[in-house]
Amino acid sequence: MDVISESVKAMKGFKLHVVKTEKYKTNTLVWKMKAPLNKETVTIRSLLPHVLQSNSASYPSTGKLRSSLDELYGATLFVDLAKKGEYHVITMSVEIANEKFLSDNTPLLKKAFQFLSEILTKPNVQGIAFEKETVAKEKRTLKQRIQSVYDDKMRYSNFRLVQEMCKGEPYELHVHGDKEDVDPITPESLYQYYQTALSEDELDLYVIGDVNEADAESYAGELLSFEERTPKTSEPRPGSSKNDVNEVREEQDVKQGKLNIGYRTNVVYGDPDYYALQVFNGIFGGFSHSKLFLNVREKASLAYYVASRLESHKGLMMVMSGIDNKNYDQAVNIIKEQLEAMKNGDFTEQEIDQTQAVIKNQLLETVDTARGIVEVLYHNVVSGKDITLQTWMEEMDKVTSEEIAEVAKKVSLDTVYFLTGKEAGK
Amino acid sequence: MEKITFDQLQEEMYYEKLNNGLDVYILPKRGFNKTYATFTTKYGSIDNHFLPPGKEEFVKVPDGIAHFLEHKLFEKEDGDVFQQFSKQGASANAFTSFTRTAYLFSSTSNVEQNLVTLLDFVQEPYFTEKTVEKEKGIIGQEITMYDDNPDWRLYFGLIENMYKNHPVKIDIAGTVESISHITKDMLYECYETFYHPSNMLLFIVGPVDPVQTMDLVRDNQNNKDYKEQPEIKREFNEESAEAAEKKKVLEMNVQTSKCLVGIKSKNVSQTGKAMLKNELSVNVLLDILFGKSSDHYSSLYNEGLIDDTFSFDYTQEQGFGFAMVGGDTNDPERLAEVLQKMLLDAKAKGAISQETLERTKKKKIGAFLRAVNSPEYIANQFTRYAFNEMDLFDVVPTLESITLNDVKNAAVDLISEDRFTVCQVVPKK
Repeated sequence: MDVISESVKAMKGFKLHVVKTEKYKTNTLVWKMKAPLNKETVTIRSLLPHVLQSNSASYPSTGKLRSSLDELYGATLFVDLAKKGEYHVITMSVEIANEKFLSDNTPLLKKAFQFLSEILTKPNVQGIAFEKETVAKEKRTLKQRIQSVYDDKMRYSNFRLVQEMCKGEPYELHVHGDKEDVDPITPESLYQYYQTALSEDELDLYVIGDVNEADAESYAGELLSFEERTPKTSEPRPGSSKNDVNEVREEQDVKQGKLNIGYRTNVVYGDPDYYALQVFNGIFGGFSHSKLFLNVREKASLAYYVASRLESHKGLMMVMSGIDNKNYDQAVNIIKEQLEAMKNGDFTEQEIDQTQAVIKNQLLETVDTARGIVEVLYHNVVSGKDITLQTWMEEMDKVTSEEIAEVAKKVSLDTVYFLTGKEAGK
Repeated sequence: MEKITFDQLQEEMYYEKLNNGLDVYILPKRGFNKTYATFTTKYGSIDNHFLPPGKEEFVKVPDGIAHFLEHKLFEKEDGDVFQQFSKQGASANAFTSFTRTAYLFSSTSNVEQNLVTLLDFVQEPYFTEKTVEKEKGIIGQEITMYDDNPDWRLYFGLIENMYKNHPVKIDIAGTVESISHITKDMLYECYETFYHPSNMLLFIVGPVDPVQTMDLVRDNQNNKDYKEQPEIKREFNEESAEAAEKKKVLEMNVQTSKCLVGIKSKNVSQTGKAMLKNELSVNVLLDILFGKSSDHYSSLYNEGLIDDTFSFDYTQEQGFGFAMVGGDTNDPERLAEVLQKMLLDAKAKGAISQETLERTKKKKIGAFLRAVNSPEYIANQFTRYAFNEMDLFDVVPTLESITLNDVKNAAVDLISEDRFTVCQVVPKK
């Protein structure tokens, strides 16, 4: 079995992670910037990578910048933002063809490093501010991006659940920030914030592909250098211990009701019972053999999708389903019954075996993609742990039915959110 | 078994046509954990009017039946197949498109067992009135989910605008009303017509031994009793060249408007190399016109007419085809107008430089390399290409062969005002 081998090296102000593999026809660079999530910075941070990827000093327009990528055999530049527990993570990735599969053998990897370095260290700046047209355009797009959450009702109801459930905790913030906080951002304040982020964020660079480790290290060392720092950590916040379940119902013009239920798992990545939690979630709702799928969809015919998923760093579990407005009570009851069954140990050895097999399969499949490898490895950066994929799979395999029932008992219902159609008679 | 090698890509593929007519392809991928297999029938939502084997008369079946059948194949007398797959550590799924229904699994262990499960479950239908009725509730929720999705409504609204008669205009899942008419006998009739191995293709990609795997598939198929089946007869109504409707505005519960401009393609009877060349030339054309490095993209973005949801796409199959371009916008009227003008100008002036063409070709070649990192892409796209008598592995050489003239011809062929149409989603008042 192939398990990923990661070599990590401290560079100037950042860590370099190299994963050498021959599976791909491309090489991938992934740059991560992580800082505690908070109201003051979430919006400006979410604007930042979009401004950086628009243009740079040498490529002062989007057209020029994108043409240069096209010339590099359609290298891709992709930016993304994520919440990982109470951290806000900026990701910028460059993927470039491995020239050995091209008729033109000009080396490309170094060019990818140069490109990444260009957009990170030589942005399009006038004095002590980003170029103002770029900032204005990206502010406009950011507002639209924030607003668009409303239009996708699945995303919207998930966002609303988190907002209701984590009120007062940083995790309630939307990953793209707040619309009202966009306008006050200026080209100067953004540039200033960028300097702060570059000197304070935890920085990681992943290089994945058929690359020579020494080459990667020399390119990274030559092209990227930042001051040393001790990254800020976010205070671990145990979930609020509300006694009452929070029920929220929102009415909108929708045909299908969206039911989103939030639980506190009281377990996070790296905890001894984290592996049991994974198996618990798999038996309960993670897959198409799970209790939720079987009982809500296959038996009661109430939904097309019904699933649960974990937020590993914050310690949440979210159940989501789309149902007819009139079936709210029935669906909620079935879901509650299934969780009770889990707490009572009402599941078979076969369900455990199935779930362990499928989780293992999922992990191995994840690391078949460069992005998946980074996803798995980055858990360790976020949590400050050092768990290999091998350990993860072995520990998960050892989980017993008692441990699953024990961890199920820690899972507590927090908020039931329902986005309901207007004709709902209730 | 035939071995085909692709030197530049450093890949090899194995092929055999089995006695019952099934096409089997195996592409070994060393270093990958996962094996991914698709078992696909050339049968999709558009195949709603056909001659069942042994019958004298054509039948017309309810909208959404191909997709309904896809759901129902997973259910067996002793439970559903998802359970079986997960016992074997696999994740299984299926999808129905306009022209295909694909069943698939991916797994990192028990690959042979999973392959047998895949072949057997697709080839052993079990439909009862009771399970068919139960499925109507589930698919009903799937349909309602899409009804609330503005991007889906926009996409289908645009296709509906283009076609007057062709069944591509029918939503793949049908409607709550149309699926209410589906019975188990209809499902069997569709199944008997379209699920014969000679209408299907099996693609396996992953760290497998090709000889052993082919033996396994061959044995499995030889043990099943398939009679030879004559060619499938499908019926499609005449469809005129121009767009059926010029514009549609959908009011929905959204905050941001959306706008797509579509062009109905007239190249809908091509197959093989001609189709591949045309499809790639149109893709190159659209990229030159609207890709992120284009002047048009910059001017639209600078004017605030588009955001990062902006995209473009070209679809071509037997009997239908369309290009579409657009996305979220603050001004759907102006965006529609500007995009149409840009398209017409591109046809009239056709001023594309050799340099731009070469750059775009490079970009497309790189994109292909990125795509073939993905076993899913290889299996699904290879199947689609094969059903249209094209070869996925001809993409790079064909791209390399594209000239300015090809792109210009593609523009002349594609762009015509009477085949334009517009669909918009706007906030409900």
